[in-house]
Amino acid sequence: MSKESEVVKESSMLMQKEMIADNYEALTSTAESGRKVASTFVPGNLNELIMCFGMLNNLPEINAIQNGMRKKSGAMIMDAERNGHSEDVCTYVKADIGQMSKGNIAPNGKPMPAPDLLLLSYTGCFTFMKWFELLRHEHGCETVMLQVPYTGDGVITDNMRSYVIKQLKEEVIPAMERVSGVKFDIDRLRENLRRSAEAEDNLVWVLESAKNVRSPIDAYFGGVYYIGPIFTAFRGTREAIDYYRVLRGEIEQRIEQQLGPVTPEDDMEEERYRLVVEGPPNWTSFRDFWKMFYDEGAVVVASTYTKVGGVYDQGFRHDPDHPLESLAEYCLGCYTNRNLPNRVDMLVNYVNDFQADGLLVNSIKSCNSFSAGQLMMMQQVEKRSGKPAAFIETDLVDPRYFSAANVKNRLESYFQMIEQKRSRIEAA
Amino acid sequence: MAVKDIIERCTELYRDLEFNAAKRWKAAGSDRKVMGYMPVYVPEEIIHAAGMMPLGIVGGGDQMEVIHGDAYYQSYICRIPRSTIELGVTGKLDFLDGILFPSICDVIRNLSGMWKMMRPDMYVQYFDVPQNFADGIGGEYYVKELEHLRDEFSALAGRPVGDDAINRSIALYNERRRLVREIYDFRSEAPWKAPTAEVHLLMRAGLVIPVEEHIRMMQGYLAAAREEDRPVRDCCRVVINGSFCEQPPLNLIKTIEMAGCYVVDDDYMLGNRWLLEDLATDGNPLEVLADAFLHHSADTAAKYCPRKEDVGRFLLQSVKDTKAEGVIFSAPSFCDPALLERPMLADRMSEHGIPHISFKYAENSGQMQPIREQAGTFADTLKLWS
Ligand code: SF4
Ligand code: SF4
Repeated sequence: MSKESEVVKESSMLMQKEMIADNYEALTSTAESGRKVASTFVPGNLNELIMCFGMLNNLPEINAIQNGMRKKSGAMIMDAERNGHSEDVCTYVKADIGQMSKGNIAPNGKPMPAPDLLLLSYTGCFTFMKWFELLRHEHGCETVMLQVPYTGDGVITDNMRSYVIKQLKEEVIPAMERVSGVKFDIDRLRENLRRSAEAEDNLVWVLESAKNVRSPIDAYFGGVYYIGPIFTAFRGTREAIDYYRVLRGEIEQRIEQQLGPVTPEDDMEEERYRLVVEGPPNWTSFRDFWKMFYDEGAVVVASTYTKVGGVYDQGFRHDPDHPLESLAEYCLGCYTNRNLPNRVDMLVNYVNDFQADGLLVNSIKSCNSFSAGQLMMMQQVEKRSGKPAAFIETDLVDPRYFSAANVKNRLESYFQMIEQKRSRIEAA
Repeated sequence: MAVKDIIERCTELYRDLEFNAAKRWKAAGSDRKVMGYMPVYVPEEIIHAAGMMPLGIVGGGDQMEVIHGDAYYQSYICRIPRSTIELGVTGKLDFLDGILFPSICDVIRNLSGMWKMMRPDMYVQYFDVPQNFADGIGGEYYVKELEHLRDEFSALAGRPVGDDAINRSIALYNERRRLVREIYDFRSEAPWKAPTAEVHLLMRAGLVIPVEEHIRMMQGYLAAAREEDRPVRDCCRVVINGSFCEQPPLNLIKTIEMAGCYVVDDDYMLGNRWLLEDLATDGNPLEVLADAFLHHSADTAAKYCPRKEDVGRFLLQSVKDTKAEGVIFSAPSFCDPALLERPMLADRMSEHGIPHISFKYAENSGQMQPIREQAGTFADTLKLWS
């Protein structure tokens, strides 16, 4: 890797690393600070609201991902299975429960405090509901649920919106006040939302930069880093604004220098394939998985996984003038809360707008919310875009379901398929 | 009619994946419509009040070879959606005028979108239900959803669906619910007189025939079964839990009893007795339906349990009411709701000293030997302990 690009790469990455480390530090020192912890989920994450009460936000999916990337999740999952959890259910849940049985140690090596509040944002995934019932079963702490109706007809209705707002007003906010001892201040929420919107503008700019042919970013493997702050404990913070400003600057520079995406080894050389990817990545072999793409010159130019914690590229922004309405709209619009025709529309638009060569589906064993229906989605996208689609199967944090040879084979055949399609077009 | 004849008729309905009974009903009137629905619960009263016949769809069971369905689903997704897709792709559901996909899990939820893409010409509705059980929050939301459904059905039927009509349907469904409860009570009191396979077939029949006919059928069964003289066997008493969506094959249901377990309660066809009590027939029917859903409905893994101490309460009550000696957790493979809930229920049973076992099945499971052995050993253990 060139010295220059290393510097470019590292400033935003270092910033993020520091933000995450600080957050884990804050989480693991609540005994001293007295701060309260709300556990919640990435989709429907109400960080701006949580911050209004001076609470810290702990996301069990993120802990599971951290454990997956550190190759610790396999043992945790097996522990949970030995304790009666089915091999058939989402491995995030089992990694989380397994982590508790191993002393609930945070990535900084310190014990994670039990949550003071389980904020069950039931958004786009049924498993969430039972996951927090299981955590409540273990911790016994206060649980408050926010049901976000599924947009089955592809639209957000007034009834859905008012239902979410009513729950926020009458259940969620009072529970937060009770647990934190802090009175709700809507102006504080407005301030947080204003900061969110500013960061969201830059995130969208970054994601859209992949429309450049010779994309400066990888919107899946790189994308998971880019969404990090906004999907987790930093939406609504000054740090997130700074992070996205720096990130945007880095990407602008990459465009200027006509550089391809950053990879763990080097800047990517030739851009041979432009792909749209549907589905979450595998975390236990994240680097190997990514390598299979950049070794072949394959860049992901748009992905749906980077929309699970909020779909911003279709125009939504948190709105300080309509604070609760905007939180409701945010939750209702998260990717897995959208109906399948809507998801297909998004994918077809991505393939067209980002001049992609096709669609790749990474089907995750754990996740019915994403996976059920993906084969039909794939057929529809293929039909409507005229571009080839392919399918691989992995899992999130269970290493038993990542077969490198299998995935590699399928990817190679897919790249060949794209080549064939290209030569047919050229010949015509 | 003798038990044998009634059960023969039910078996015929069970095996008929062409849904001829519903087709015949529809053909008898030019304005008749059939509205399909998937597990676990939809307010059938509103469908009925719109002059439509509700048709319950629980996949293709073990009689249907899934040829196309597997191309739509990965191997790690339960079987009911793939056999339901098979029913759709092979045209067996073409006679439907619409189909409802209730909120139960992400698989059925996503199937609603698949159906929209597969059949853009058909009325396809995802039906959400509240997981917040406060009248002013979840209740208010639900009443509005019911109003929406009623208005859509009015449009489909070409005439308004009024409160009086819904109230009349509620009265009819009250009658059906009373009979379903009576049959379950009868089986619990004298399980040798009402084998679970028969009760199951009887309940399944209710999915595919008009409610009026189902009421007569259940009345007939109760009268005939009470008269039957059947030998009492030395069996233990168990409750089945976790089978509220994809149904086990009939053979599996029989196997459990043959292995020495009288099933004294189950959640096989939970939709038939989702609402636990009689509903008022003189109020605002949508509010009455909402109130029943929020405060007097069955518990199942597809529902949120707001208080930790209430997890498993419904199952414990059922064990107590039916004097069961143990619980069999029997869930479809890859069933998120049932399998995620199971450890909590199992803990609750253990806390109360109620023995339990668990296994998984698919609607087309063929191998009964492991289940026979597991249920047999369980029955022996229960007998030994009691
Ligand atoms: S099922 Fe999918 S969306 Fe739900 S928790 Fe698991 S990975 Fe996340
Ligand atoms: S069997 Fe379980 S996972 Fe499958 S559709 Fe039914 S409820 Fe959903």
